[in-house]
Amino acid sequence: MVEEKKFHRQFNYAFIDERTKKEIRRKLLKAVCIPGYQVPYSSPEMPIARGWGTGGLHITLSLIGKEDTFKIIDQGSDASVNACNLRDFVKNTTDCDTTFETSKATLIQTRHRITEEELKAHQIMIFQVPQPEPLRGVERYEKKTREMHAEADYAKMWVSLYESFVRFGDIMRGAGYPVKVNGRYVMSPSPIPRWDIPNLSDAECLYLFGAGREKRLYAVPPHTTVEPLEFEDVKFKIEQFEGLKCEITGEQIAFLDELYGSDGKTTHVVNDSDFMDQIKEKERPIQWVNRYLTEKIEKTFNKN
Amino acid sequence: MDNKEWLLKVENLTKIYGEHSVNTLDKTGPLFNSNQCPETGAIVACANIDFTLHPGEVLGIVGESGSGKSTLVKLLYFDLMATAGSAYLKGYKNDNTNILEVSNQQKRFLRNHKMGMVYQNPRDGLNFRFSSGGNIAEKLLMAGNFHVGSIRERASYLLESTEVPVPRMDETPESFSGGMQQRVQISKAIANNPPLLFLDEVTTGLDVSVQAKLLDMIRRLQQDLNIAMIVVSHDLSVIRMLTDRTIVMKNGRIVEKGLTDQILQDPQHGYTQLLVSSLL
Repeated sequence: MVEEKKFHRQFNYAFIDERTKKEIRRKLLKAVCIPGYQVPYSSPEMPIARGWGTGGLHITLSLIGKEDTFKIIDQGSDASVNACNLRDFVKNTTDCDTTFETSKATLIQTRHRITEEELKAHQIMIFQVPQPEPLRGVERYEKKTREMHAEADYAKMWVSLYESFVRFGDIMRGAGYPVKVNGRYVMSPSPIPRWDIPNLSDAECLYLFGAGREKRLYAVPPHTTVEPLEFEDVKFKIEQFEGLKCEITGEQIAFLDELYGSDGKTTHVVNDSDFMDQIKEKERPIQWVNRYLTEKIEKTFNKN
Repeated sequence: MDNKEWLLKVENLTKIYGEHSVNTLDKTGPLFNSNQCPETGAIVACANIDFTLHPGEVLGIVGESGSGKSTLVKLLYFDLMATAGSAYLKGYKNDNTNILEVSNQQKRFLRNHKMGMVYQNPRDGLNFRFSSGGNIAEKLLMAGNFHVGSIRERASYLLESTEVPVPRMDETPESFSGGMQQRVQISKAIANNPPLLFLDEVTTGLDVSVQAKLLDMIRRLQQDLNIAMIVVSHDLSVIRMLTDRTIVMKNGRIVEKGLTDQILQDPQHGYTQLLVSSLL
């Protein structure tokens, strides 16, 4: 039992009761067994509203133990309001260690980003997912989308990508680019930028996805192929930051945020706050081996 | 000529809505001039349909509304589930697998590779949120073509051969006239060169000159590509223009079948005689 000091209320360890945690863990096992398949689960009530990170929180709380080190980021930042409050909540209900340093964390909960630093086999990354259904944009009925997944009928998805190309000259999907997992299920990677998509494939770490409002869990196990949907002649591309660099660190090979100053000028900074701190204070952490990034690095070196 | 060369064989195809008893089939049909079972109230949409379609042949199905002719093609295109009966397609799983009982995935494969369907209402066959090219692309993508360049090439070729202006390929069918929508539907249906095409009242609701052009085009495509077709129509002039053989249906049953010329010149069944005389 963990006692909350302010009102002297008592909670089970990690807030959720043991039976429900067990249920979530069982559903996670199923999700790991069928990569990319959305497993329905109970989505118990939390002290925050569904859709505000409850899916991620359910996974974190059902997995966390006293020996875990917890890190949580919100769009790359350890310090945003969502991250801070959820970190406090997890800390208060579990008494685990928390950290900002990516390499020290065992559980990393995230909203809309994968860390710039490569994750290892002992680490688990947990995504807060707003919309787990990649086909929702082309088919509004759940019954239909389930049938489409069951029969691997992804024609409508492909037509929407074709339409996007015809209308705009490229596949205009920014965040949440649809991917095919293990050659079978089309999955929504949660709204991570295209920059992060290649890092899902053949990773050492385990990726878990929780959508609390939609009551779905899914997973990408380590060393699983994850391919972005692309045509033979219209390929997937990551975000390009040609000629831009971080205003604070001078970094060129990282996902950059665009900031508007009061004078109307734009500057760019590294999005991943821990990655930025590491570059500033210590040495450069090892980044993901990612073929799109390797091309970019080669280009940068050739220019210099 | 019966069993040597065939493409589609249909046996005892039946579709009944509602609860039926053992007498349902005996107490409905043209003899009773009713589709409804007097005992249970079940509706017999079509029953005991047998026919064989030969490669490259055009078969007409004619009958008044409610005679079950549309139901028949919808059953064969898997839009509806048959109550009983079987259908066999040449070249699919040793020619002896009942295509009405295979899995949904297999049915989708058949729809995408072996069949095409043109509905009376373009909204049934086309997705109006996608462009015309996108609608054709859907068929090509489902058949495993993932090259945008070749998809667009094929789509332009199809639209050109069905006389839809190619520059309007990226518009939605919403902005097209009825005749053009119908031609886009035909392009989509023949996109993967299927050996079998279903046409369900394709000219109904179009004005006469557009009808004539559309029929001309269908006839030309049929001769060029040698597709077998099942043409459903209540309009005998469409049947006369397009088909080689004709089935006459009434109250869900086949009342007469034979060569189209023969049926039109020398109708045997009373209902067919009525139909032919009302044309003249």
